[in-house]
Amino acid sequence: MMSFISYLLNGVSLGSVYAIIALGYTMVYGIAKMLNFAHGDVIMIGSYVAFVAINSMGLPIPLSILISVAVCTLLGVTIERIAYKPLRHASKLAVLITAIGASYFLQNMALLIFGANTKSFPSVVKMDPLKLADGQLTISSETIVTVIACIIIMICLMAFMKYSKAGHAMLAVSEDGGAAQLMGINVNATIALTFAIGSALAAIAGVLLCSAYPSLTPYTGAMPGIKAFVAAVFGGIGSIPGAFIGGILLGVIEILGKAYISSQLADAIVFAVLIIVLVVKPTGLLGKQIQEKV
Amino acid sequence: MKKMSKITKNNLITYAIVVFAYAVCEILMRAGQMSSLMKGLLVPLCVYVILAVSLNLTVGILGELSLGHAGFMCVGAFTSAVFSKCMASVITVPTLRFFLAVLIGVVCAGVCGILIGIPVLRLRGDYLAIVTLAFGEIIKNVVNVIYLGKDSNGFHFSMKDSMSLGMEPDGMIIIKGAQGITGTPTDSNFTLGAVLVLLTLIVVLNLVHSRTGRAIMAIRDNRIAAESIGIDITKYKIMAFSISAALAGAAGVLYAHNLSTLTALPKNFGYNMSITILVFVVLGGIGSIRGSMIAAVVLTLLPELLRALNEYRMLIYAVVLIVTMIFTWSPKAIELRERYSPEKLFRKKEKEVQ
Repeated sequence: MMSFISYLLNGVSLGSVYAIIALGYTMVYGIAKMLNFAHGDVIMIGSYVAFVAINSMGLPIPLSILISVAVCTLLGVTIERIAYKPLRHASKLAVLITAIGASYFLQNMALLIFGANTKSFPSVVKMDPLKLADGQLTISSETIVTVIACIIIMICLMAFMKYSKAGHAMLAVSEDGGAAQLMGINVNATIALTFAIGSALAAIAGVLLCSAYPSLTPYTGAMPGIKAFVAAVFGGIGSIPGAFIGGILLGVIEILGKAYISSQLADAIVFAVLIIVLVVKPTGLLGKQIQEKV
Repeated sequence: MKKMSKITKNNLITYAIVVFAYAVCEILMRAGQMSSLMKGLLVPLCVYVILAVSLNLTVGILGELSLGHAGFMCVGAFTSAVFSKCMASVITVPTLRFFLAVLIGVVCAGVCGILIGIPVLRLRGDYLAIVTLAFGEIIKNVVNVIYLGKDSNGFHFSMKDSMSLGMEPDGMIIIKGAQGITGTPTDSNFTLGAVLVLLTLIVVLNLVHSRTGRAIMAIRDNRIAAESIGIDITKYKIMAFSISAALAGAAGVLYAHNLSTLTALPKNFGYNMSITILVFVVLGGIGSIRGSMIAAVVLTLLPELLRALNEYRMLIYAVVLIVTMIFTWSPKAIELRERYSPEKLFRKKEKEVQ
């Protein structure tokens, strides 16, 4: 029983990381209608920046995280400006290939700068693990911090979308870009802001992910990126609560599958659940059904 | 001789390109002018060309984005490798064995395509893309845990480890989980590869220009209009998808019989591979069969030709991708291109003369 709870908590923790990444995916998709394949690699860059700041420069941890967030925000906006903005009205596949190109670029850049060796990432959480039920159940401090961070981010984002002017602009652009422009909304600035927020979240997710799973390579971001994308689709892409629910569910399914069924098949189980959900509900758990007009 | 239609002429040009490229490579090889690196690349080139052409059927002709094409290649590769390994001592003629293996791989991948196509093709757009990606990853993961052995009692199957197969000591383990299949007879060669490429082209080009192909393209261009004139959407979609899968299976067979060890790594059968193939298709021109063929060859050779630049080559590859896309699709670049296109300059001069 205790081991089940501990697996469940691990799952929620991993799921929280997926949820934070998925929030970035889902916001960008909602507004720019593109699959940002480079998102996973922004996570990796964020982790490397934090790693360099903590290990090589010896900066305090909160400052390192801030630097990492700042670098990723800048990176996200730059990628958007250079690679995606010229293709705003081009075919979807062209943008997808550009995103793949950006992803290859970031991976190989990291490979050039940091080398292929696995770096061992120091945990950013320096607290004792929580012991419950007479020491039978140990909750690592990373788990607690990750889950709390995810919930805070989630609430902040919801509030931002609901109460701020920029949030309203985002909603309007995702609903109908052309009409939003006619209403005097700066569509390009709104899209840039979305990329900035998504990339900042990616940096936080990268630091949290590497604190829990401390091996860092140029390919660290690829698989979590794909999984988070799956999580976003799972919950209904474009929906913020959907990304949260999808992320948590995905993390829990993955960890439980690893523990009770087969560690090698865990990914297959995650993807199988996704397929079942999509076949039953083709727009994800919280996705909107869009009626097609003739 | 009757006048050939434009389509036939175009198709013949495509076949001629393949035959010509094959002849050039063969002559270079016979003359000893080809480096061993290039020789090793010839069969993979055929594999990539087949994959690109077959994926173009899904992406370009059917108009659905598939990110799991490598999964079908994986099915074709493993089923045919199992067949060849079992039959290595029964059928001793390598070419015959290879063609039977191709048949097995194609049928298995095609059946897989139908099975996966039924649920997948209900979805649209990005949802369809992510589900094909999911299927590709599932196939890769499942192949990695399969253990298959053969002894005098017949086949043994397990998904745990090689011990749980419960084999007799003289038995032979065929698939060994994550270590894959070792000792596949390397039956394929460049000639067989070129033949497979030609067969693929014949299938795809004839399909595209047939009644069926026109129905498929009608679905791509306007699903509702196609449905309203009585085209069975599900049937044609699944048909295109499974033919595409079957051809990917053929590529897998070629791949498997080029190496003696076959393992399902993320590199060769994961989503990275699917994306690489998609890049060929998009860069070659969506819907253009000849384009994907050329893009597959150029983009496979590019990192090899840039080998001198060593660490920078993949970086350059990435930049080439981004720049090509922006150059072909960005409104500003299109405007610039039109202003300086040779046709227009030529026309201007004509005007001046008048």
